[in-house]
Amino acid sequence: MTGNVMSGDGTGGMERHTYDVVVIGAGGAGLRAAIAAHDAGARTALVCKSLLGKAHTVMAEGGIAAAMGNRWPEDNWEVHFRDTMRGGKMLNNWRMAQLHAQEAPERVMELEDWGALFDRTDDGLISQRDFGGHKYARLAHVGDRTGLEMIRTLQQRAVELGIDVFMECTITDLFKDGDKISGAFGYWRESGRFITFEAPSVILATGGIGKSFKVTSNSWEYTGDGHALAMRAGASLINMEFVQFHPTGMVWPPSVKGLLVTESVRGDGGILKNSEGERFMFRYIPEFFKSETADTIEEADRWYEDKKNNRRPPELLPRDEVARAINSEIKAGRGTPHGGIYLDIASRRTPEFIRKRLPSMYHQFKELADVDITAEPMEIGPTCHYVMGGVEVDADTQESAITGLYAVGECSGGMHGSNRLGGNSLGDLLVFGKRAGEAATAYGSSLGADRPKIDEADVKAAAESALAPFEVEGGENPYTIQSDLQQSMNDLVGIIRTASELEESLSEIEAFKTRAKAMKVEGHRQYNPGWHLAIDLRNMLIVSECIAKAALAREESRGGHTRDDFPGPDAVWGTKNLVVNLNAAGTGVDLHEKPLPVMPDELKTYFEEK
Amino acid sequence: MGYDLKMRIWRGDQSGGDLEDHTVEVSEGEVVLDALHRVQATQAGDLAIRWNCKAGKCGSCSAEINGKPRLLCMTRLSDFDTSETITVTPMRTFPVIRDLVTDVSFNYEKAKELPSFAPPPRDADNKRRMQQIDVERGQEFRKCIECFLCQNTCHVVRDHEENKPAFAGPRFFLRYAELDMHPLDTHDRRELAQGAAGLGMCNITKCCTEVCPEGIRITDNAIIPMKERVVDRKYDPLLTIGNLIGLRNKDTEGRREV
Amino acid sequence: MASTETRQATRETAQAGVNGPTRARIGVKTLRTDRWWLYPLATFAVFSAFVAYATFRAVWGHDYFAEPYLSPFYSPCLTDSCVKGSSDFGQPFSWWGLSPALIILIFPLGFRMSCYYYRKAYYRSFWLSPPACAVAEPHARYTGETRFPLIFQNVHRWFWYAAVVVSLILTYDVVLAFGPAEGESSGIHMGLGTLLMLINVVFIWAYTLGCHSCRHIMGGRLRHFSKHPIRYKAWTLASKLNARHANYAWYSLFSIAIVDVYIFLLAANVFNDPRFF
Repeated sequence: MTGNVMSGDGTGGMERHTYDVVVIGAGGAGLRAAIAAHDAGARTALVCKSLLGKAHTVMAEGGIAAAMGNRWPEDNWEVHFRDTMRGGKMLNNWRMAQLHAQEAPERVMELEDWGALFDRTDDGLISQRDFGGHKYARLAHVGDRTGLEMIRTLQQRAVELGIDVFMECTITDLFKDGDKISGAFGYWRESGRFITFEAPSVILATGGIGKSFKVTSNSWEYTGDGHALAMRAGASLINMEFVQFHPTGMVWPPSVKGLLVTESVRGDGGILKNSEGERFMFRYIPEFFKSETADTIEEADRWYEDKKNNRRPPELLPRDEVARAINSEIKAGRGTPHGGIYLDIASRRTPEFIRKRLPSMYHQFKELADVDITAEPMEIGPTCHYVMGGVEVDADTQESAITGLYAVGECSGGMHGSNRLGGNSLGDLLVFGKRAGEAATAYGSSLGADRPKIDEADVKAAAESALAPFEVEGGENPYTIQSDLQQSMNDLVGIIRTASELEESLSEIEAFKTRAKAMKVEGHRQYNPGWHLAIDLRNMLIVSECIAKAALAREESRGGHTRDDFPGPDAVWGTKNLVVNLNAAGTGVDLHEKPLPVMPDELKTYFEEK
Repeated sequence: MGYDLKMRIWRGDQSGGDLEDHTVEVSEGEVVLDALHRVQATQAGDLAIRWNCKAGKCGSCSAEINGKPRLLCMTRLSDFDTSETITVTPMRTFPVIRDLVTDVSFNYEKAKELPSFAPPPRDADNKRRMQQIDVERGQEFRKCIECFLCQNTCHVVRDHEENKPAFAGPRFFLRYAELDMHPLDTHDRRELAQGAAGLGMCNITKCCTEVCPEGIRITDNAIIPMKERVVDRKYDPLLTIGNLIGLRNKDTEGRREV
Repeated sequence: MASTETRQATRETAQAGVNGPTRARIGVKTLRTDRWWLYPLATFAVFSAFVAYATFRAVWGHDYFAEPYLSPFYSPCLTDSCVKGSSDFGQPFSWWGLSPALIILIFPLGFRMSCYYYRKAYYRSFWLSPPACAVAEPHARYTGETRFPLIFQNVHRWFWYAAVVVSLILTYDVVLAFGPAEGESSGIHMGLGTLLMLINVVFIWAYTLGCHSCRHIMGGRLRHFSKHPIRYKAWTLASKLNARHANYAWYSLFSIAIVDVYIFLLAANVFNDPRFF
């Protein structure tokens, strides 16, 4: 079943389906979850807003972090676990970080069983590359298009298994029977007709929230749908203040501002320079990483050849550190003509090497900016890339506080703490996708015939709510509200934050909410992007409010959250998560603190030894 | 820097449609998709466009620009004269849904018909070994972003709707070639490629290669090698005799025809 | 003045192709604004001219040998009628009454007719199937290379084997072309004709070794390059030539014609070969 097949029952009618597991989102996490659910015996539906295989996983470039030890036999899950926790500034859910580090290698091997063609080592094993924050070369990769390889492999596997895919179908509401999930409601983008899924288990795999920001590497889909659906169903989100700004996004031309430039450029030898030609990262090495970072250019350059006896170049610090440093340089007036800084690999590697290792980057700059990266430096700047926060879930099963509702991948929270290491996202999708698919199936089959039911009144309400933007007279165009929201979030809740700006942003969000109530869309229901945006905008607003509110509450700087008025980390804040819920009236966000889960003593030892 | 761009955009659905004129302000460094988005945001809120990554990586925004199959997000306005009118239509091989959006389910149906990778068991240490030079050919094909521009431009189905059931198209010949060249695959897909997938329908006029935004050399590196492999299997009496008397190519041993 | 049949066919195309009922109703066969017709037109003109010239020369049976040069259209010359000095491989086809070129031209002709590049070129320019990318073709039905006669395109590799032999013979002709012209002492000599023949044979080898079938036979059919390093090397070289296969197809076509014209003019005593030494 594809989104492009109209079923016979006329327009306007309601289409109904019954499944054991409904997965919302068909990126890496959704596909992996659907495959796992299918393998566990569930009748599985995979629902996605775009065509199959177009999800943002294709944009992932660098690789999948997995301690396979193909390059460095010293590498193992314990080192990976330690790197992940340190990268997240110890705010990670330790159990998720542990499971991820332990299970990622086998998940990568599975991809190979299903036809993925990774780059190889000389011994014929899967090659692994260096990335920021990882002690050893650990990222299984295919040139700089690993995400494409991963999604295509999973897609082909899902097709082989015959999983039902509902393409270009957007879920707008979840149904509950008491406190249990009973199904989901959505519309076909193509026809505008409604569709109801009856299922005891729903897995959210909707990705991130990047579209709330103006400069972002995310595409139109990333409007926080899963975050918002979970909140409306009564689940909570954690860590929403932590938004990762990737240090290297394109800054020019304007139409591609924010488009990602992979970290592999730095992993493969690229360096950062300001307009004075200074390799400035040496001035920004934080105390926390001093012992493992080179402090001279000579040592940093030696590291690429001899990793045992030298420390890593500061360009390969975790993303939050590098993004902040770049931001400071630009603010200090040492930026490039287009307001970025230089990322230079041309002067350090041969054109052949660059074209072989970074073909997509070469292509991207050549085609879009008319820049030959083998001959000249790139101009880059920070771009909103990833949200560490998401649905609060159980580490082992990915189940949220709502029975039958699961969340995986970027729309779940906890795994990455306050900052995600490059390469840990793809591993996250696979490891927890599989776990969620299996847990959701197990829960569904434990119910037997006694499944939660959908209340017809809820279906009617969902349909009315979806059609509401057509009913408004003389309201505002959703494109304008969206673009104002993006600008506001970029300016006030961006990479560097202060209390006054965050307060201002919260009041602006209130104003956007009012404007959105009077939103008007033109045309009819058939493939109408204006209407689609109007529906997505509600999610963007609620998620934006979560981010701003949590950012205002956390009075410290840590990972992806930097407060100008609280510049350092705070030990007390380091012991707690911020949790947000939809308020009782359903119009705003409530926030409370919650202590971190306690790490067992045997894991604590990894952080004591120096 | 900025100027007013004249565009003609096809709007309509299966019941009919027309090229609609729009004038929209554009600026330096923009691509056709930017111009269309501005039309959408300011003049025609319900203009249907399928797009996603806007970076040439997802292959969603396939359409035809001045009659040529291209990605909207990778076609720079600087490729055109500022006085030129840019005409944008949906892909003309697939059924139109609305405006610039077409029903590409043909391709997803074809994907289902292809037997997937069939590996042998892993090595004793639970790993697999393949050499870089052996995977490189397949890696070129796996760069495919499934924009389906090759499928769209291929005259076998573009000009002959009746060929659709019997023809998988360049995108899937790429997949056949990838699997047939895979160092570990245990299936022999040559008979199937020639039969069910309709490889013989291709008359190698290379339009798929011409329009591929990833620069994959579809014809030279996938379709023709696949045709040659079919010749090995079906049209080369020397190899057939060789097989009969046991002079078989050891390189392809252990494969089973599907 | 279209016949009823043609009109019928046009209507069927209109139904089935880009103007079919489910497609976007655009109504024209292409919206391309560039000069897409240039390639098929130029190809049509040049190929037609070459075929006309080659047919004339092959059937004519005269003025193909000017000591020490033998025209590539007549090499090897294998019949009784071959002029003195032109038969380096004997005259086994003594009973053949027509032009000696007709015996051997089938091989280079078959090689080029079934060549993957030439197929593209003439399908586009002679059959208009399609005339250019995203330009609707005029045919009502299309079956590609699935049935007689086009299924015989699959014999390409057999013609390639023959083409290698032909290339070897042409190489031998170049060696002979370093021999003395009439009235010259024995030993090594060279004239403009030698140079042209040398260039020609280089292009012919570049074309023959860059052939898709050659590339397949060298190593393309393998699944494990790593286990066959020499064949991998050969495949890599063939692939490099193959990337420019279309160019070499054209260059060698021109060079054959030029060499033949040159020898024709020498043999007809229009001018004398400039001798270098």
